[in-house]
This record gives sequence, structure tokens and C-alpha cells, in this order.
Amino acid sequence: MDLVWLIPALPLAGFITLVVVGRRLGDPLAGWLGTAAVGASFLATAKVFNDLQALPAAQRTIHQVLFTWIPAGSFRVDIGFLADPLSITMCLFITGIGALIHLYSVGYMKGDPNYSKFFVYLNLFVASMLLLVLGDNLVLTFLGWEGVGACSYLLISFWFSEEANASAGKKAFVTNRIGDFGFMLGTFLLWVTIGTVNYVDMPAKVGGIASVTATAIVLLFFLGATGKSAQLPLFVWLPDAMAGPTPVSALIHAATMVTSGVFLLTRLNPLLEKAGWANEVIAWVGIATALVAALAAVAQNDIKKVLAYSTISQLGYMFLAIGSGAFVAAIFHMITHAFFKALLFLGSGSVIHSMDHEQDMRRYGKLQKYLPITSITFLIGWLAISGVPPFSGFWSKDEILASAFNSEHLGPLKWALGVVVAILTAFYMTRLVIMTFFGDKEKWRTPLDAEDDVAIPDDHAHGHHLSPDHTPHESPLTMTLPLMVLAGLAIVAGFINLPFSARLESLANWLEPTLAVQHEALGGGALALLAVVAITGAAVGIFFAYRTYQQHKVDPATIEKPAFAHALYIDETYAKVAGGPGEDAFQGIADFDAGVVDGAVNGVGSLTQGLGRRLRPVQSGLVRSYALVIAGGAALLLAFVVMRMSV
Amino acid sequence: MLAAIQLTLDETWYLVLAAMIFAIGATGLLVRRNPLVMFMCVELMLNAVNLTFVTFAKALNDVGGQVVVFFVMVVAAAEVVVGLALVVAIMRRRQGADADDISLMRG
Amino acid sequence: MRVEMFVFLVSACVCLGGALGVVLLRNPVHNALSLVATLFGVAVLFVAQGAYFLAAIQVIVYAGAIVVLFLFVIMLLGVDRAERLGMEPIAGQRVAAVIAGVAILGLSLTALLAGAQRVTGAESSLAPLDPGVPDINRLGQVLFTDYVWAFEITAVLLTVAVVGAVVLARRSPGPPIDTDEFPDGTVPDHWEAEYDAAIAGDGTGGGSAVDAPAIDAPEAVATADTEEVAG
Repeated sequence: MDLVWLIPALPLAGFITLVVVGRRLGDPLAGWLGTAAVGASFLATAKVFNDLQALPAAQRTIHQVLFTWIPAGSFRVDIGFLADPLSITMCLFITGIGALIHLYSVGYMKGDPNYSKFFVYLNLFVASMLLLVLGDNLVLTFLGWEGVGACSYLLISFWFSEEANASAGKKAFVTNRIGDFGFMLGTFLLWVTIGTVNYVDMPAKVGGIASVTATAIVLLFFLGATGKSAQLPLFVWLPDAMAGPTPVSALIHAATMVTSGVFLLTRLNPLLEKAGWANEVIAWVGIATALVAALAAVAQNDIKKVLAYSTISQLGYMFLAIGSGAFVAAIFHMITHAFFKALLFLGSGSVIHSMDHEQDMRRYGKLQKYLPITSITFLIGWLAISGVPPFSGFWSKDEILASAFNSEHLGPLKWALGVVVAILTAFYMTRLVIMTFFGDKEKWRTPLDAEDDVAIPDDHAHGHHLSPDHTPHESPLTMTLPLMVLAGLAIVAGFINLPFSARLESLANWLEPTLAVQHEALGGGALALLAVVAITGAAVGIFFAYRTYQQHKVDPATIEKPAFAHALYIDETYAKVAGGPGEDAFQGIADFDAGVVDGAVNGVGSLTQGLGRRLRPVQSGLVRSYALVIAGGAALLLAFVVMRMSV
Repeated sequence: MLAAIQLTLDETWYLVLAAMIFAIGATGLLVRRNPLVMFMCVELMLNAVNLTFVTFAKALNDVGGQVVVFFVMVVAAAEVVVGLALVVAIMRRRQGADADDISLMRG
Repeated sequence: MRVEMFVFLVSACVCLGGALGVVLLRNPVHNALSLVATLFGVAVLFVAQGAYFLAAIQVIVYAGAIVVLFLFVIMLLGVDRAERLGMEPIAGQRVAAVIAGVAILGLSLTALLAGAQRVTGAESSLAPLDPGVPDINRLGQVLFTDYVWAFEITAVLLTVAVVGAVVLARRSPGPPIDTDEFPDGTVPDHWEAEYDAAIAGDGTGGGSAVDAPAIDAPEAVATADTEEVAG
């Protein structure tokens, strides 16, 4: 029972140990230590999971309070952990995938001069993420939220000697901060309304909130979620975050940190029930983001950027599910997405590693014969994300589309857009797979000028010039083992929530106690029809990509439009506004601060100084002047007495 | 008010005299520059006060006034001793100095 | 009654005359002598009020010791030179001083004469001055019972004053402060020679204050006299 605190404590201990002795342990011991810490945390999680399963469904929570952190009158915040089905599920895949990625990094980061620092940050990240998930109140969640933001910054700009990487880290941090502002305001508003921020007390008190307040609170928290989970309008940091090492992209920007927003809204589901049209906002923002990101992914040439936009798009699906009230579907897709996206990222890392850090897909081609394990596992991930049954992605995506169809306002429209996104997903993933592993020639063998590329200039070209004689070779076992494990999970993960019967919906049953209200699902017939449409869409996407990139029957330039590549120029617009009028506004504020505020403060100082300077000559040092003043004072006193006297 | 000026010698006369001596002493203190003369003016003021106390002691039939005068005299003596020692110490360095010359402690 | 009035008036005149003399005369020795006159007048007034012991103390301590001390210092430092009363370095000091003095006088008189109760306070029942008991007995009784603490403290005070005076008036070893005035270092004889030279040089200049009142007529003579005494 009392093992819950171990779950975040073990990675934290790993962090502290590595801070102290990491540099001395060096390559690869520091990596093994970090992996062991997270692995041990996974074992603790499994044990707690077991314990929870043994409990009857209604009481399936373990609430462990360590001590009181902030006792401030009526506002109390404890360091406490709430292990209920939702948080334990998240802990399982956070620690599981985290351990696998740590293992992968042991091989990937080999030879890096800051090897141990990487694991320091990774361990701290896992600890913060677990704190976020296990915290029993909003303040602890926020602590973890900020912690993962900080680690994300540290890890994105890990190779900060190159300016682009440092800027990417800053961009991520600043964008997240905007979202955090929403989180904080939401917390304050919630506390003012119901007087508690503790998840245990919340469901009981939420009933009394007015709908307007609930809507406001939910929208504020959603702003925080858009920052962390890279939705419109704050998604611009995620593509740039690919500047970090690939394990970071896999762990943070695919499987864990970016899902915090989804987790937060699921945790606050009692509020969402009361929030009315805020749910519509969430759903529409989700589907819009999914669409924009999918279009952007179609035109990217950097393998990691494709996956980044893909992540944004899949997160959009999850928010669509939340907005439609299907929390189980969102969590389900979160889990399956974690597996196959991590798999895809790690696979791409393996490719990048073997291609001498070249990330432009136009230099790849026919890698399947050099990288057998990588390509097979990658293909499994591809099938999963494209929504091909019986791989996991199909089941979760289908559930989301069904709940979208079933939602109250314009359900079919949302569903249709979702299907479009699914087609695009299949399309760009197939494009990626073909350009990388198949195709008809090994493009890096040909020197660059011979290519008449009409492609959009990729700002990610590292300037590595892959020599035409380069022969890629498969990655070591430390890197391929996680790939294999994740591939297996990507295949079977779908089976935890099959819609065929109530008994097979084990995830839904498991999560039921944490959700306030259950939404009725579609009947079997309608469900099957929607499924068929989805599968058809996937097939269409795959086929079309095959025609374009393998058979070369369609010119890519018609599809890969520049507007798509720049994600509809949203990022550029932000830059223009912030750099142009935005900067003027900020300069104005800064001038106001320096002039008025500082001026006032300094003015008080100089006023005092001036006054002092003018008053100084009063002290002339002449005794007789002083005596005169004393005599004058005595005369005044006498006058006072005389005036008060009765005549 | 005029009725108050009687021709009997009561304590008011003494008090008026003391007030006059005090005022003269105060003015002298402010006007003169020689430190020793300034000291003497202080003595004048103290004497005026002593006179006042004794007058009140007589008028109120209380010996406390005389006790105060006693102590005033003792303290005045001590004060004069220290004060003159100071004057000696200062004047020895800068002969011909008066109160206005000792003005180093200015703002 | 008339005797008392007469005594009072004469003493008052002496006091006031002495006071004015202290303030207005230029030669410090004259000032000291005027002070003696005032002290004496006050002593007489003490006697008239029945404070015989205090009158005696007044004469012995004040007139006899304090004024003598003053004269010692005057002689010691050679400050028998007249002060230049004609000029006033601080602007407006004189005017302000007169105003302050007049104000104090006027207000005190107003307070004394115009008030409804001219003598405030109740008669004390604690320590009455009996006509039967001599004042010195009464004083002694009270001093050593009610005020014994203050009495002892004043003893300490006097001791401290003496010690302080000795320390302050000591000639400190080492060169004088103005080392650019006395570049050769401690030579008290050197200093004395300078001093004598300064006295001799100023002897003619110091006495001739230009627009002083007629009081200073015997001024030059007095200066010359004291010079000869000191030299």
C-alpha cells in the first residue's frame, strides 16, 4: 500500500545520485543507473497496480499523504499521492516507456561529451511527470507540470552550442508559459469557487458550481493544455523541439509530456460535465489542430518533423474525444499512441543514427535492406498509426471517431473531418515509410546538385554531407530491443478495450470509477459501419501515397504545397506580430517601467536627496544659531502655556 | 489685570524679577561670542531659576523647592568645572577663538 | 513690610544691574564681577525668603568658588582681551536674539501676572517649612531621607566632573593639532614665544574696537594691565 511514494521517489533519487556522481560514473554506467531507477519505479508501479486490482471497484484508490506542504489558513496543500485507476494507468506507461527509452539512450547517446547530464535530466523529467500524474491536488500537478516544462527546455537545448537548438528550447519554454498562465488562473478560480484544489474532495463539491464559472475554469485549464499538448494556437514549439536528441523527442514529445494536457482535462472531468459549450470549443480546437497538423506533415522533408506534426495531429484526436465526453477513448488513444509513436520516433532515431545524423528524407531510400530490425518494427508502427486492424491504432482511433459521430452538436461533421485526417495520416506515414525504407534508389549515393529538387528548403539540413560511399548499419541491441518491445505492444495494446462486448472493454471498466458520467456508446451496427469507413479511408491514403512515391504516377509537388510545409504560416504570423507590433508594445511597456515606475522610485530617492541637500545648511555648526533656535522653541512653549491658561 | 499689581510684597514680585533675570541671561547667551561670557549668562539663568524655586518653596510652604535649589547648585558647580575645562582645552589650541570658530561639526 | 519692600527693591536693582553688566560689558573680568553682584543680590533675596542655608551656600559656592574659577580661567588663557561687540558674524542673530529675549520675558510676565491663579499648585502637606524648625534642619531631614538617593548620586557626579576636568584640561603629549602652524613639533616654549609675540602685536590693535559704546573707555588700560601681569 505504502509503495505509492516510491514511484516518483525512485527516479528522483536517480536524479540526485546522478547529479552528484554522474560525471564520475560516465559512459555508460550513468545510463545504466538512470535506466535502473526508472525500471525500479516501473516495478513499484506494477506492484501498486496489482494492489489496486485486488480492491473492489468502488474503492479502488490509494491515497497516501506524506506531509503538509502549504498550511495557509483555509488553504491547505499536502504532498500526497492519489493512486487510482487513471493515474496508475498513466504511471504504467510513463515508467514502462520511460525505462525503454532510457535503455535506448544508453546506446544512442554513446560518445556524447555530456552523457551523464542527459540522464540527469531524463530522470528528473520522469520524476516530475510522475509527480504530475500522482499528485492528489492541482498544486502538486502544477509542480510536476512546471518540472516537465523545465526538463523539456533543458533537454531540447541539450546541444545548446548550436544557436538553433537553444532558441528551440526557449521557444518551447515561453510558449508553455503562456499556457501555464491559463493553468494558474484556472486553479485560482477553482479555489475561489469551491475552496479546495484537492482531487479527492473535488467531485463532491463540483455540483455547486454555476455553469458559467465551470465554463470559464475549463477554458482556462484548456489554455494550459493547449500549451503543454501543442494544440492550436500554441503548437508552434513542437516542430522546433525536434532539435533535441531523438530519445527526448520520443519520451517527452510523443509519449508523456504532451499528454499532460489530456490527463489534466480527464482528471477534471467532473468540471467538464458542467462546462457546457467549453466542451465544444475543446472538440473543435482538437479537430482543427488535427487537420492543420496533418496537412503540414504531408509536406515535411525532415523525418522527425513529420513525426512531430503527426503527434500534434493525434493529440488533436484526443482532445476531440475529450470534447465529445469520451474520456475512455481519449485515454485509450493516449496509451496506444504512446506505444506506436515512441516506436516510430525511436525507429527514426535508429535511422538517423545509422545515416550519420542525416535527417532529410530526400537523402534516404531503400534502407530496408540495411536496417532489417528497424524497418520491420517501423512498419508495425506505421500500420498502427494508419489505423489498420488489428493493430492498436485502429481500435482507439475508431472509438474516437465513433464518439465524435455520436456527440451532440454537428457530430457527423466532426466525424467527417476526423476521417479526412485519418486519410491524411495514412498518406503521410506511407510517404515517410516509402521515402525512407523503400523507393527505387538509394538517394544519398547521388551528389546533391544532380537532384532537381523542387522541395521546400528545409531549415533542418545539418550540413552533414553524407558521403556517397556511406553504408548504413543496424543499431546495437540496446537500441533495437526497445524497438522490438514497443512493436509488440503496438500490436497487442488494442486488445485492452475491444468494443465487442462489455467484458472485453477492460479499459473502460477499469477507468470507470474515476469518471463522473458514462456516455452511452453507439450500437454495434452503426459502429461497424463507421469502422468500415475508417478502414477504407486508411486504405485510400496508403494507396495514394504508394502511387505518388513508389510508382511516381503523381507529381509530389501538387500535394506538397509550401503553405502546408509552413503549417499555414501560423508560426510566421506569430513571429511577425511579436516581432513587429508586438515588440513595439513590449518596448512601450518596458519604457513605461523604466520611465514611470523606476522614475517614480528613483524620483523619491532624488527628492529625498535634494531635500536633504537643501536642508543641510541648517546645521551650520554654529552653537549660537542652535541656541537661538532653542530659545525660539522655549518662547513658543511659553506662548502655548499662556494660551492654555485661563485668564 | 491691573488689580493684580498690589503694593504688598508677595511672591509675584520675586517671580517677575526672576523672569527678567532669566530673559537677560538668555539674550546674553545668544548675543555674546566669548565662551566664558556665555557661560556666565548660563549661570544667570540658573540663578533666576533658583530664585523661582525658593519663592515657590516659601509660597507653598514646601521644603522641596529648597532641596531642588540645593541640587541645582551642586550640578551647576559640576557643570562649570567640566565646561571650563573644555574651554581651556579648546582655547589652548586656538587662542582667541570664540564660539563661532568652533563650528567643525556642520552639515 | 516697608523694610522688606526696600530690601527687595535694592536687591532687585543690584541683580538687574549685574545681569545687564554681564551681558553688555566687554571686558570678561568686568563681566565676572557683574556676575558676583547678581549672585550677591540673589543671596539677599534668599535670606528675605527665609532660605538662610541656601543663601550661605550661594555665597560660598557660587560667588566664592564658581566665579573665582571663572576668573582663574580668564587669567589663565589671557582672554581678558575685549570681544569685538561691534560686529556680529551671523546675520540677523542679534535681532533674533533680542526678539527671543523679549518674547520670553513678555510671555513669562503674561503668565505670571495675568493668570487667574498666579501661584499654581497646592500647599504641600508632606514637607512643610515649619516656622519653628530652622530651615537647615528641615533641609537636612528631607535630604537624607526622601532624597538620599539623589544626594549620593550627586556625590558621584561631582567626582566624575573632577576626573573629567582633569582629563580634559591636560596637555596632551605630542605635536599640536595645527602642524602646519607649528612644523617643528612639540615645543611648548616655541608656542609660548609665539603666544607672547601675538599678545604684544595685538596689544594695540585689540583694544581699539571702533564703534563700541562708551563702556570700553578703560578698556585699553585694563588690557595693558593684564598684559604686564601675564608677561
